[in-house]
Amino acid sequence: MVVAQDAHKRKYLDVNINLNTVIKCANVSVIRSGKQILCDVSMHANAGELVAILGPNGAGKSTLLGVLAGDLKPESGSVHFGERTVAEISHRDLAKLRAVLPQRVTVSFPYSVEEVVEMGRGPNLGNGDQEFIETAMKRLDVAEMRQRLYRSLSVGEQARVSMARILAQDTQLLLLDEPTAVLDIGQQEKLMGLVRTLVDEGRTVIAVFHDLNVAMSFADRVILLQDGKQVASGAPREILTAETLSKIYEHKIDVIKVSDDTGPVVMPSPRNR
Amino acid sequence: MSNTAGELRRLNPKTVAVVLVIGLIVVMINALSTGAYTIQFSELIKVIFEGPTNSGDTNSVSHAVFWNVRLPRVALAMIVGASLAVAGVVMQGVFRNPLAEPATVGVSGGAAVGAVIAITLGLSKITLGVQVFAFIGGTLATAVVYGLSRVDGKTDVVTLILTGIAINALSGALIGLAVFVADDDQIRTVTFWSLGSLGLVTWRTVAVVLPLAIVGIALSTRYSRTLDLMALGDRSAAHVGVPVERVRLQTIAVVGLLASSAVAATGIIAFVGLIVPHILRLVLGPKHRDLLWSSALLGAIVTLLADLAARTILSPAELPLGVLTALIGAPFFLWLLRKMRTSESTWT
Repeated sequence: MVVAQDAHKRKYLDVNINLNTVIKCANVSVIRSGKQILCDVSMHANAGELVAILGPNGAGKSTLLGVLAGDLKPESGSVHFGERTVAEISHRDLAKLRAVLPQRVTVSFPYSVEEVVEMGRGPNLGNGDQEFIETAMKRLDVAEMRQRLYRSLSVGEQARVSMARILAQDTQLLLLDEPTAVLDIGQQEKLMGLVRTLVDEGRTVIAVFHDLNVAMSFADRVILLQDGKQVASGAPREILTAETLSKIYEHKIDVIKVSDDTGPVVMPSPRNR
Repeated sequence: MSNTAGELRRLNPKTVAVVLVIGLIVVMINALSTGAYTIQFSELIKVIFEGPTNSGDTNSVSHAVFWNVRLPRVALAMIVGASLAVAGVVMQGVFRNPLAEPATVGVSGGAAVGAVIAITLGLSKITLGVQVFAFIGGTLATAVVYGLSRVDGKTDVVTLILTGIAINALSGALIGLAVFVADDDQIRTVTFWSLGSLGLVTWRTVAVVLPLAIVGIALSTRYSRTLDLMALGDRSAAHVGVPVERVRLQTIAVVGLLASSAVAATGIIAFVGLIVPHILRLVLGPKHRDLLWSSALLGAIVTLLADLAARTILSPAELPLGVLTALIGAPFFLWLLRKMRTSESTWT
């Protein structure tokens, strides 16, 4: 019900919203304990866009996500939500603008699945909140396990519950740190299908991926990081080429076309040669 | 803490409320009538209706025992128990650790130092002198622990608890030093106080602690939802809109208020703040809205029962209350520690 209404509203706004930049960071540099983790990174994301942040381990992907979320204050550069900088927005208001899915959330104390999803609604719980909670649980297929304890779930189930919590927050922008890392291939496709739907409804998703194929098939735009620097950005098929990837990941990587309807597949070459 | 099936097995909060209230009344009546001088139930009722001022023709012993000895003692046991249990709930929530207790932030240690200093300076003769010093010491220690454990503008849970341990060790040393210079009479007072006891209660003590307890408990209920959200961890709690640092500072102040006023009145009564929230979390689940009021009730019951036991088990001699709670509490703490290490860890 709420979803349908929302979708309708978003479609109506579609024309303007696609030109709207939801979040933008400019010349961001982060230094932690004397080490440069991000160096002069600039990026943006529009409404109705899924942007993937890719790169080898230690490239600064999670740090960039942390900067965008407002967790980390960069040494230089700025982050803007619309017209406002992230620093001038209060915790409470920021929670209405963006939701963040970390790699793994441990919930202390035996809270139930429903209670964890409910936490997405933030400090002020009202009567209207239950609808968001129910919708989010349904969309992630966790409504059936609402009475179970979060900590008794498998890692994959916990990831889905956490995603439901993020969804219950009902924000324009979603920042996801490896949302598919612990899911099996079926769950992964289901989740990415859902993420795609959210984006098509007009939301903005910025996600860190390790799996290049997920980025290849679902992202509108990719940003490649290496050693804290932005190496390339653009449409996945243009950026994720055998040549670029082999250089960045320091291993020979092939990009193979499988069929006409699916995107190309990224594969490491056999070790010899 | 979680059962193996991972299904919810919780009781209705209303049922629990009814049981706790009835339990509290029963224990109260028992505690009011039992003791060195027994007051029969019928007489208890009569004495209550006579009011605090003695009209002359009544049984003056029952009347005096009830109004001057029993009632203030029972009242203080309930107030202190409720304060300690609520302080425990808030601390465990904000540190996301079921082992946290007012003692771990250094409130008890600091309060003890304050009291011992007051005693060795000979201030125990002045009304409430010890209590005021204990209160100052406890709040000061809490502030110091919190200040020291902040790194880069953030408080790391492990650092906070470790700093608390160090402060408590320092407190122990300072108390030892004070005892070293104290005379025999003072040592006896120090011992009595540091073992925790309700034996020297007057209405004046009750009058000081009651408003502090009411304020502290009322303030803590404002944080019930926020404390639930803190279970997600600092980062995720911040992401859903909790100003984590501010909340932590404010809740630690509330804990400092509740715990040091309790410790100031009765000495160190350990583990009430640990056991009570743990039992209720098993019964009601971890949501702080229910946990806070129920802990206040059960904290009052447990402390009242413990004090009743302390003054009747070895009657006419009186066992120090703090010793009794520690005898039950310490093994419980170890059991909990072991359970946490074997099941999935909640240290983070």
